[in-house]
Amino acid sequence: MQRPKLKQWQEPKSVQDYPLGSTCKSDHLTSINAGWRTYKPVIDHDKCVMCLRCFLVCPDGVIDKSTNPLTIDYDYCKGCGVCAHECKPKCIEMVKEEK
Amino acid sequence: MEKFICGNDAVAEGVRLARPHVISAYPITPQTIAVERLSDMCEDGSLKADYMHVESEHSALAAAMGVSSVGARAFTATSSQGLLYMAECLPYASGARLPIVMMNANRAIATPWNIYGDQMDSMFLLNSGWIQVYVEDAQEALDMMIQAYRIAEDKRVMAPVMVNLDGFVLTHTYELVNIPSQEDVDAFLPPINLEDQVMTIDNPKSLCISAGNDFNFEFKIKQEQDLTNSKSVLEEVDEAFSQAFGRKYHGLLETYKMEDAEAVLITTGSITGTTRIVVDEMRQAGHKVGLLKLRYLRPFPQEALNKALEGIKAIGVIDKNISFGYEGTIYTNVNSSIIHMETPPKSINFIGGLGGRDITKANIEEAFQKLMSGDSLDRVQYMNVRCEQ
Repeated sequence: MQRPKLKQWQEPKSVQDYPLGSTCKSDHLTSINAGWRTYKPVIDHDKCVMCLRCFLVCPDGVIDKSTNPLTIDYDYCKGCGVCAHECKPKCIEMVKEEK
Repeated sequence: MEKFICGNDAVAEGVRLARPHVISAYPITPQTIAVERLSDMCEDGSLKADYMHVESEHSALAAAMGVSSVGARAFTATSSQGLLYMAECLPYASGARLPIVMMNANRAIATPWNIYGDQMDSMFLLNSGWIQVYVEDAQEALDMMIQAYRIAEDKRVMAPVMVNLDGFVLTHTYELVNIPSQEDVDAFLPPINLEDQVMTIDNPKSLCISAGNDFNFEFKIKQEQDLTNSKSVLEEVDEAFSQAFGRKYHGLLETYKMEDAEAVLITTGSITGTTRIVVDEMRQAGHKVGLLKLRYLRPFPQEALNKALEGIKAIGVIDKNISFGYEGTIYTNVNSSIIHMETPPKSINFIGGLGGRDITKANIEEAFQKLMSGDSLDRVQYMNVRCEQ
């Protein structure tokens, strides 16, 4: 399964344009969610063998396997490091982000 | 067809005719007979619904929410402690805009422990986002089960409805009730259609989403607007009902002999019937008295109430509840409405009927006499108390 792409979300102009109750259409996100990340995973594409283990274990589904090399959606990666820990060829490094 | 049945039977008959898909309920006095009858109907096949035996009232409404979330018609019923136990689920259901219908048998709440009728239970849940209607007799109970689904499922409303009937006085007393034909009810109440609301493979939905401080407020404003606007829908549904079945309940409220009245009592539920008789008797004796039956407490009929009370000098609000530390809850609501009148009537609170205490014809006549006396009275008066206060 591919990670769904972020759909454009239009802020409602009137309260009556809000969803009816707490059920709303899926497949869109209203904001990015990566502000708590301290370390970000960086893939060394020369070493990557495309085994997709990182894709399977990522709890937030931010690794996109539709591209070669793989890409990471840093708007939603929380920096947990599970991908780097599980990578057999050790080609994912957690790099400290300076902010 | 007419049948001599009790209020609980009438509720069950009304629910059967409304054809819910699932009934999830937990028995509690004085509602038990209603859910027993529905269970019988599911067993003998006269109601083709799934009857879920749940382990508590909290689960009863949680199950109804699941049923409603996938677009099916849900029914539950409770009373008193049961209603309070399911309280957490009530705003969940109304916030999710699920058109569930629930019967509540109004009963006292502990302690001291008491199984008899008053209206303390439902008053707790006035702020829950549910429509609250109070019925006067078993016929109205049956008819409101049918009307309630049409109101709740209206796309302009999409709110759950609580139909309240007084414990024992209505649930356990028998009267001749007209039971409409299934054909007529089917013509009045079409099958539930929430296709644009429910999720499918092609139309994925997120259920019970979060909305933080950035978006939550607007959801609540929309809910408030829609519940307030439901006033016109429930008037419309009552009118359509009267054309289909010949019985009219006058929507938000009913006025009785108020034209030239000097004193008016405001009632909800079964006490309305007794007050009607007292009004008739006192009118015959030449007293200018009238009655205003509040049918809906949410949405609260502010405009209709103020219009109906124009020119009235004194009103008494009968409350079968106390909001401890203040006064009766309906009285508070009525006063906050009439404050917007140019010349509001003088208003007095008559609190009575707690824990199932009778409110007799004599008590009601006495209330009218107090209103007409012109005496200066404490704003809260207790009816039928057995010792000095």
